Amino acid sequence: MTLDQIIFFVSAVVAVFGATMMIVQRNPVASVLYLIVSLVAQAVLYMQLGTVFMGAILVVVYAGAILVLFLFVIMLLNLRGNEDLGENSPPLKRITKYLVSILFVVELVFVIRSGFKAQTAVVGVMNSTPGTDQFGSIESVATVLFTRYLYPFELTAVLLLAAVVGAVAIAKRDRGAVPPAGESGAGNAPDASTKAKVEG
Amino acid sequence: MIPVSAFLIVAAVLFGIGTVGVLTSRNMIILFMSIELMLNAANLALIAFSRAVGVVDGQAFVFLVLTVAAAEAAVGLAMVLTVFRNRETINIDRYNLLKW
Repeated sequence: MTLDQIIFFVSAVVAVFGATMMIVQRNPVASVLYLIVSLVAQAVLYMQLGTVFMGAILVVVYAGAILVLFLFVIMLLNLRGNEDLGENSPPLKRITKYLVSILFVVELVFVIRSGFKAQTAVVGVMNSTPGTDQFGSIESVATVLFTRYLYPFELTAVLLLAAVVGAVAIAKRDRGAVPPAGESGAGNAPDASTKAKVEG
Repeated sequence: MIPVSAFLIVAAVLFGIGTVGVLTSRNMIILFMSIELMLNAANLALIAFSRAVGVVDGQAFVFLVLTVAAAEAAVGLAMVLTVFRNRETINIDRYNLLKW
């Protein structure tokens, strides 16, 4: 096995392991941390495909911003992993969801079997000479992003603005509304400001 | 040297794990994270194909998908906060106001 293949197998196994642990964990904080592990391994896979810039973006934006936003919300909701999560739901509902899941897994096995048989192009950056591979460089991404995809790129700015306004508007508590029992009205200002700060 | 199909297999497995998470999880936060995982698996497939064809456009597309994922997470978590405030649970089986 070459170094290229060893890195691929290790990071692929770590990515799948982290994803699996994410969905079986009961504690949401542990779940977020396992997803971060999986995302870092996926960033290694990105870099192995030569897209170094996208790998860095994945770590910074996903692991650094979006999952910290998840952690913020878990902290605000004060979840401890001991909530009622449907252990007492009717048996038909539980059987159905596991049945559909097994169906997807069987489908996946067929996809993977055909993938092992297929003869496809070979990729990997390990044996290209350093400095000549322009595929994943910031320059090449920016050239495409600011010429051919300039209009969609500008639209993402509008999308982010809409998301900021929408998140603050949804999470804000109405002034006139009566707060539910067991809550004080003091918690409303920190919610909105935290969301705005993380998003910005 | 790794064939493109190896990356696609990893992407398919991650997408499958995300699907199973969405279907089986009753915790709304974990459900959201499974959706993020599915988006990421699609991104990995996009980058693998873009590398195989040798066209940079796939990376620009991944950039846009990342933006949409960030916006979706912000708005979705704001909705989780609001619903939790009213129902005081994150079990999605209890969110049945629109069912009859």
